[in-house]
Amino acid sequence: MSDTILELSAAAAAAAIAAGDLDPAELFACYRERAAADPLNAFLWVAPPGPPAGLTEPTAGEAATPLAPVPLAVKDLFCTQGVPSQSASKILEGYRPPYSATVVARLGLPLLGKTNQDEFAMGSSNENSAFGPVANPWDRGRVPGGSSGGSAAAVAGGLAPWALGTDTGGSIRQPAAFCGIVGLKPTYGAVSRYGMIAFASSLDQAGPLTRDVTDAALLFSQMVGADPRDATCVAFPDRIGRPTATDLAGVRLGIPSDLLEAVDGLDPAVKANFDATVALAGSLGAEIVEVSLPHAEHALSAYYIIAPAEASANLARFDGVRYGLRLGGEQDLLSMYTRTRGEGFGPEVKRRIMLGTYALASGYYDAYYGTAQKVRTRISEDFTAAFGQVDLIVTPTAPTVAFGLGAVADPLAMYLNDFYTVPMSLAGIPAISIPSGLCDGLPVGFQLAGPAFSEARLLEAAHALEQAIGFDGAPARAGGTA
Amino acid sequence: MPDYVPTIGLEIHVQLATATKMFCGCALSFGDPANVHCCPTCLGLPGALPVTNAQAIEYAIAIGLALGCEIAPVSQFHRKNYFYPDNPKAYQISQYDVPIAAHGRLGDVRIHRAHVEEDAAKLIHAGAGSGRIHDARRSIVDFNRAGTPLVEIVTEPDVHSPEQAREWLTLLRETIRALGVSDVDMSQGSLRCDANVSVAPTGATALGTKTELKNMNSFAFLERGVRAEIARQIARLEAGETITQETLHYDVATGELRSLRSKEEAHDYRYFPEPDLPLLRVSADQVAAVRAALPELPADKALRLSATYGLAPERAHELAFNGPLGTFFEAAVAAADGVDPVAIANWLPALIERVGSDIDPAATPVTPAAFAALVGLVGTKTISRDAGRTVLDRLVSDGGEPAAIVAAEGLGAIAAADGELDAVVAAAIAADPDAAAKVAAGNAKAMGPLVGYVMRETRGRADGAEVGRLIRAQLGL
Repeated sequence: MSDTILELSAAAAAAAIAAGDLDPAELFACYRERAAADPLNAFLWVAPPGPPAGLTEPTAGEAATPLAPVPLAVKDLFCTQGVPSQSASKILEGYRPPYSATVVARLGLPLLGKTNQDEFAMGSSNENSAFGPVANPWDRGRVPGGSSGGSAAAVAGGLAPWALGTDTGGSIRQPAAFCGIVGLKPTYGAVSRYGMIAFASSLDQAGPLTRDVTDAALLFSQMVGADPRDATCVAFPDRIGRPTATDLAGVRLGIPSDLLEAVDGLDPAVKANFDATVALAGSLGAEIVEVSLPHAEHALSAYYIIAPAEASANLARFDGVRYGLRLGGEQDLLSMYTRTRGEGFGPEVKRRIMLGTYALASGYYDAYYGTAQKVRTRISEDFTAAFGQVDLIVTPTAPTVAFGLGAVADPLAMYLNDFYTVPMSLAGIPAISIPSGLCDGLPVGFQLAGPAFSEARLLEAAHALEQAIGFDGAPARAGGTA
Repeated sequence: MPDYVPTIGLEIHVQLATATKMFCGCALSFGDPANVHCCPTCLGLPGALPVTNAQAIEYAIAIGLALGCEIAPVSQFHRKNYFYPDNPKAYQISQYDVPIAAHGRLGDVRIHRAHVEEDAAKLIHAGAGSGRIHDARRSIVDFNRAGTPLVEIVTEPDVHSPEQAREWLTLLRETIRALGVSDVDMSQGSLRCDANVSVAPTGATALGTKTELKNMNSFAFLERGVRAEIARQIARLEAGETITQETLHYDVATGELRSLRSKEEAHDYRYFPEPDLPLLRVSADQVAAVRAALPELPADKALRLSATYGLAPERAHELAFNGPLGTFFEAAVAAADGVDPVAIANWLPALIERVGSDIDPAATPVTPAAFAALVGLVGTKTISRDAGRTVLDRLVSDGGEPAAIVAAEGLGAIAAADGELDAVVAAAIAADPDAAAKVAAGNAKAMGPLVGYVMRETRGRADGAEVGRLIRAQLGL
């Protein structure tokens, strides 16, 4: 029975529950058992045996979700009331928040577990977790991508039906690509950030990591909507339905050739897969148009000013005063700050706090932060101009397939993983990664991006391509068991 | 020794009396048990976000308009970054390059800017006698105050004496009090004032190096602190020394100025736009609505009281700057036809003396109509001034109508014509022939005992001037 259950997509499982053909308790028990036996280090906390706790009950005033109770894996950085929410950092080890993130409460799904991630979502390989790296279910010697690596590995490995992740510069899309699943980064402002432990506030967005586009649409449809607790979150203009498109007739797809050629590290096999996928889109009726995003090649530079700058402020609250780790508190205040933060944060987090602090320093602000914001505006304008000519823009999600654990030691080389995903983050526009095939047995991701709040169109196009590609994720689900 | 001109700029923090905090729904409170009014947002818990309090923005606009400022149609919140246990997010949400209000004037001082921000939590240093940090064994944090809305007002350096600083701060307090947007109580911390002080030789074109005096928590301490700092700076310059740019704490107990930090130690707050909040937009309609709802402000009220009722400027100022007293005054004037408003105003100190200066007279048994009637009875010489004071005592203790009190207690003035007073005056002369002789010899001072005798005998019902006239007449003068 459990093998049959395992092969159901989340949407199929939801339909089976609704039809009375599937017992939600059995579904939960099946996944809970797999998650508890986690061979990937994808989970940092798994629900105890028995019926799921009521911690994701909708709070007062929230409409009960129309979703059938398909268990949800949630990235560690979402606050879940009474359940560890540590952003994979030692500084928050064992921290159990007194409230749940809006999106978690709104979904109201049984909480399967909290998933591993790069510490404070800073990383592209999940190797920056204070609780150890996550293995890629396609090849356990390789990384799952990051920062939502635990969520991606759990879904790809069949340890969870679906998962929540967050994307700041590619943290949903790149791990989705590395793990052969679907990852959607919504328009900035589509989903409430309340209760997400912040990395970079002007970029962070929650989104679904799922086996297929239909599951992504279903989960996303219940995540959107204004939140009185998040001033940057607005009402979503459309209703997101189940995607049905099987062709791309009338869809103009933009290829940003200047961006594709701007990076040295684009793996020829990945490039070949991308070209083949574009050709397939053409055969489905899409019109392929070359577009220019002249400033997008500077996106990574601007991102590594803006995101660390915001992070340097967001992470300053971890001071040992109110919660989390406290060291040196019996000495003086400065000792408490320096020891708590010195021992509580990992090296990548410290690197970015220092970068951000420097970028905001008096006398350097205009040269760094000010300039980066101007670049961000230019990139946004590039996309606006391009979307005057095309409906969607496509790129490879990442320049390579999943690399080996420990294989990328240089931080700057690691940052290049996000070369194709960061421009959309800076522009605040939605983008989705779908699996477009295998290279040497490892998944490749194909990214589609659209104008702000075009998720409905984006999901339809992704669905049409997905149907034509016919990607099979079963090998990873088999590899995800112990 | 050259003369020196002090130049002073003030930075004032005003706590707004909104129902809830600046960026969350927690209630504002004073005196409640520690840490009962806090939530994920004002505790700076991971993942919590701020949402701007619309009432605080409305109050800030009212303050901006009352200070003659331009209200920015679009302004912005920034993060001001610094580590301290009373600062739960390790940044304060404030405004930086674009404040909500700027370029105003109140009285003789220009307003540089006024902006909105959130207050810090309160630190309690325990385990020591003094409550000060240096000998405390531990510090505890009360987050009830964290996130209370503040408006920070920064003046131009238009103040040139400690007295002017104090007077202007009084004007500011009464102006904001009239708006009803803050308790503006320095002793409670809802009004706090820092002063930037420099001195320069008379005629110098450049200002001297300034120092900043922190948190003087009363009007008197502001005046004294600024005076002490001016004296300290002049003494240094006279001794050939220079002024160091630094932040100073004025110790009210010792009168000493202690350095908190020098310019080199000044924080780099690394301001940047608050990404959790959209731009703060204020529509012209909103500004117009707040402007239309502004009450009469003290400076305007003083001018009007003076012009309308012929009050002396000092008396008009006094009534305008004491809202309840001014209201009582105008109610009394309105209640009594034909009673001289100046006389009513002149009787108010007697009322304050009896009820206390911090009591709203409307909350006493004395109605404005009764008060006006009392002043009218004195004005028409129906009762003497002394009898008037007696009637006021009765009004304050029991209320009632002055005419009825006069009738019941027989306090009506003794009319000169009915002969009763002539007899009492004659008795006074007979009782003290010595004094009578001195008066007759031209010693006016000797009149006192004679008048006193008459007043005692008539229980104050006689008119003093009439008594004097009768004494002189009976002595043939």
